[in-house]
Order: sequence, then C-alpha cells, then structure tokens
Amino acid sequence: MKTVLPEIRRFMRNRYFAVGFMIFLVVVFVAIFADYLAPRSYREQDQPNRLRAPDGEYPFGTDRYGRCIYSRVIYGSRIALRVGLIIVVIQTFIGLVMGLLAGFFGGYMDKVISFITDVTWSMPPLVFALAIVMLLGPSLDNVIIAIAVVSWAQLARVVRSKTQAIKNRPYVEAARALGSSNLRLVFRHILPNILSPIIVLTTLSLPSAILSTTALGFLGLGAQPPAPDWGVMLSDARNLIEIAPWMSIFPGLAIVVTVLGFNLLGVGLRDILDPKLNI
Amino acid sequence: MLEYTVKRIAWGVLTVFTVTIVLFAIMYSMPGDPVRMIADPRTPVERLEELKVRWGLHHPPHIQYFVWLSRVVRGDLGTSIITRQPVTALIARRFPYTIALTLSALLLRYLIGVAVGLIVAVRRGGWADRLMVVTSTVLRSIPGFWLGIMLILFFSVRWRLLPISGYDGPRSIILPMCALALPLVANTMRLTRSEVLDVMGEQYVTTAHAKGVAYNRVMLKHVLRNALIPITVVFFLSLPWLIGGSVVIEQVFAWPGMGRLLWRSIVGQDLPVVQGVVLIIAVLTVVSNTLGDIVTAMLDPSIRDEYLG
Repeated sequence: MKTVLPEIRRFMRNRYFAVGFMIFLVVVFVAIFADYLAPRSYREQDQPNRLRAPDGEYPFGTDRYGRCIYSRVIYGSRIALRVGLIIVVIQTFIGLVMGLLAGFFGGYMDKVISFITDVTWSMPPLVFALAIVMLLGPSLDNVIIAIAVVSWAQLARVVRSKTQAIKNRPYVEAARALGSSNLRLVFRHILPNILSPIIVLTTLSLPSAILSTTALGFLGLGAQPPAPDWGVMLSDARNLIEIAPWMSIFPGLAIVVTVLGFNLLGVGLRDILDPKLNI
Repeated sequence: MLEYTVKRIAWGVLTVFTVTIVLFAIMYSMPGDPVRMIADPRTPVERLEELKVRWGLHHPPHIQYFVWLSRVVRGDLGTSIITRQPVTALIARRFPYTIALTLSALLLRYLIGVAVGLIVAVRRGGWADRLMVVTSTVLRSIPGFWLGIMLILFFSVRWRLLPISGYDGPRSIILPMCALALPLVANTMRLTRSEVLDVMGEQYVTTAHAKGVAYNRVMLKHVLRNALIPITVVFFLSLPWLIGGSVVIEQVFAWPGMGRLLWRSIVGQDLPVVQGVVLIIAVLTVVSNTLGDIVTAMLDPSIRDEYLG
C-alpha cells in the first residue's frame, strides 16, 4: 500500500487524468448497475405516451414507441463500453503482433508487414469499414470486426519503431548472448520497455472505437433496433427533430460525455507516462 | 530526390493494386449468385447461363479480376444493379457536391485551426494555450453527426435561419460544412502550434531577433513561412480522408453527394456502385498520400534519407 498510494496521488495530480478517471468510473458504474438505475426496461412501450416531452415521469422524454429515453440512454452505456472494449482488445492484439514481428525480425518480414500496415493506414477507415460491413451484413458483431480490422495500423507503426529502437540496446544484446530465446527477449526485455506508448494509444483508441460504432449505428449498419445503441437512437431522432428534439439531445450528450472521459484519461496518461509521444 | 520520388510512386502504384485486389475479393465473396444480381429480375432462368458466359462470370476468379481491372482502367466501372445506369455517370453527378462540401470544410478547418494554433504558440503557456488543450479534447469528443443534428435543431428548426436538409442553393452548405470541420479543427490547432514552436526555436529565428529585426517581421517572414508551407501542402492533400468522414454527414443533411450514394448502395446491396465509389476514394487517397510524402521530402531532406535508409 505504501508504494501504491503515492503513485495514485501522482496520477491524480494530473487534472486531465483525474477528471477522465471520474467520468470513467461513473460510466462503468452506470453500465454495471443499469438494472437498478433505469426506471424502465429499454424496450417497454408506453403507447399512450408516445413522443412525450421530458417531465417528472420521463426525465428525457419518450420516443415514437413510447419508450423511456432515460432508461435507453442508461442501457446504451453497456453497448458502448462492451463494443469499445472488444474492438480495442482485438486491434491492440493485431497491432502488437504486427509491430513486434516487423520491428524485432526486420528484413523480409518487416517489408511485408510494413506494406500491409501502409495499405491499411492509407484507406479512410470509415469507408473501408463500410465495405467490410457490406460483405458481412449489418450487425453489431460485424461492426466490431470491421472497425478492429481497419484501425490497428497506428499501434503497429509505433510498436515497430519503438521495438527497432530498443532491440539493439546493450541489455537486450546481453540477454541474447546469455541464450535467451526470442520469445523471452520480446516478453521480458522489449515489451516492458515499450509499454507506455501502448497504454496511451490503447486508451485513446477506445473513444474513437465508440465514435465509429455509433456512426455506423446511426447509418443503420450496426446495432439493430430495439437495441438501445446511442447511434441507432440518434438516427430515429434525426427524422423527428422538428417534433421531438429531446430524442436527439440526450443520447448525443451521453456519447460526448463518455468519449470525453476516455479522451481525457488518454491525454492525462500521455502527459504522465510518455510526454514526448506525438499523437 | 529523384530516387525517392520514383520509389514512392512505385509504392503508391503497388498500394492501389493491392486495394483493387481487396475490393475484388470483397465483391467476389459476396453471398448470392452474381448473374441473378446483375441481370434483370424478369430474365428467364434458361437465359441466365448464357448471360453468365457473356459477362465472363464463368471464368475462375483471377481471370475475372483481370477482366474487371482492364475495364476499370478504361474507365468502365460497370452498371448499377438498382438504377441500371453506368456507375461512372452516377458518381460524376454527385462528385461535385462532395467536393464542394469537403473542400469548404477543409478551408474552414484550416482557417480556424491555423489562426488558433498560431495565437496559442506565440503566447505559449498563457491562458489561451491551456484553454486550447481542453477545447481541442472536447471538440474531438463530439460525434460529427450529432453536432450536425444539433446545428439543424438550432439553426433550422428553432431559429429558421438555414435550410434543414438537401441542396437548396449555396446556403445549404453552411451547416454540413461546420459539422464536418469543427470536430477536426482540434488536430489542425495542435499541429500548427507544435510546428510554429519548432520553427521559433530555430537558430535563424534567434539570429533574426538578435539582428534587431522587428518582432512582427520575424514572425511573418521567418516563422510563418517556414512553419506553414509544409502544413498547408500536406493539409490540403488530406482531402480524401474528409470524403470518408462526409459519408455520415451527408446522411444527416441528405446532401446529394457521393457519401449518400455509397450509403444507399450499401443498404440496397448495389455492388458495382459500392465498388466504384470505394475505388475512387481509395485511389484519391493513395495519390494524395504519395504527393504529400514527396512534397514533405522535398521540404525536409531528413525524411527522405530515413526512407531510403
């Protein structure tokens, strides 16, 4: 405990990190306890109260089926967090493996992987993701695959260049001379030393994953109704903007707050761990 | 420089080539019989086999790929399954709208981003500088499509100042342009700030100050010129990236551009159109990436040396 506490204090002294961490805790809390926090289920329809403006009964109003928008926004946090986390795990895995292989082995392997990375990097991610979703069909799972497949290149590039810089350092050479296997070199000596940029990049890729999924949800290509996805809710709201503006305000605010929290967390981590990282 | 340019262009050509293979593979692996998809639904079943041969769909995939590629190179992107019009004509009609939207958004983003970035760089560490970090993080967290909906809510529904959607004269472009540009302003501000700070630390700037050149003159003639030229060139070459982002914005505003065409074709499973639009965006992106890298290398020899290694 004696060593952990000052560390926490050091992190919390960074104001971006502190605010981002608070928002993060709130969003996770809401997602876990959605069943207790939401007054209604996300699919319960109250037909007589369709398109009702916000009041005491329905804090954020109702949609065109009489569903409680407050409850739907609360349940939506589950989708956003789950999807964001899965995408980040997949893309971090691909990026790490590609970057380590290219940086550590160099030569032919590096050429091939760098080319794949370059091709992926040079396509506008959303257009690329749209093409993949078209192939696989619109669904939340396919959106997860599509976004993860198009967004690992940045991490791969950073990991590759950091690995290249480190693999010829004297302590790695020494470990190699002592007979360490390649696997051991990578996991014991290289990975721990490039952890900071990986943590920062991974944290910052979560908000962009959430933004991309909600965008695809808005286009009707991601989560399907009646799922309380924030993007899907906004695409309903867009058509009713003249009669039910509350429908479009609250799900959007939920996206902004969640994404802002993770962005602040990422910016804070960058300042603390790796101030020179340029992203 | 010539060696670098040649290598970089070869790399770009290889990238385009790879993208065409990926696109063809996506189209080829779509479920369903391609003949039935392209043919008129009223075609009798016994004629389908004949059409299959006429369209070359009986060949193995690699032959089909080269047949398709040679048509694409000649500017024939096929025919839309839904509207039965040539894909090139469909795209050509919408291209100007997308270019108008993305170019004006790029311009807006550039003006705001460079102006703010410059101010905060000159007054580094001041309140404006600190405010910028917060502002740019907030801006980056706003989904463009939601910003668009909010702009519609206030400027079109509430205050009735601007058209709600579609294309209805030049005023229609204002809201989509803002929705596209504002979330991206943050990057431009940060890039400008760091570039200007870099140049301000250069020896020739210190020398100019020491010679007693007036402060404003140093800023204009030495700092701005050296910091902004690379930013400007590379920035305007990023246009294709904005076209990608405009798919969602065009949907919000029912803007009659290429992004909306792409969306409608994906929903309607209109393969040749999707393929054509994605191909054009991909080629534009690769071409401008290549140009951007070459220009950057011309301006900064150290990059070129690193690449040629």
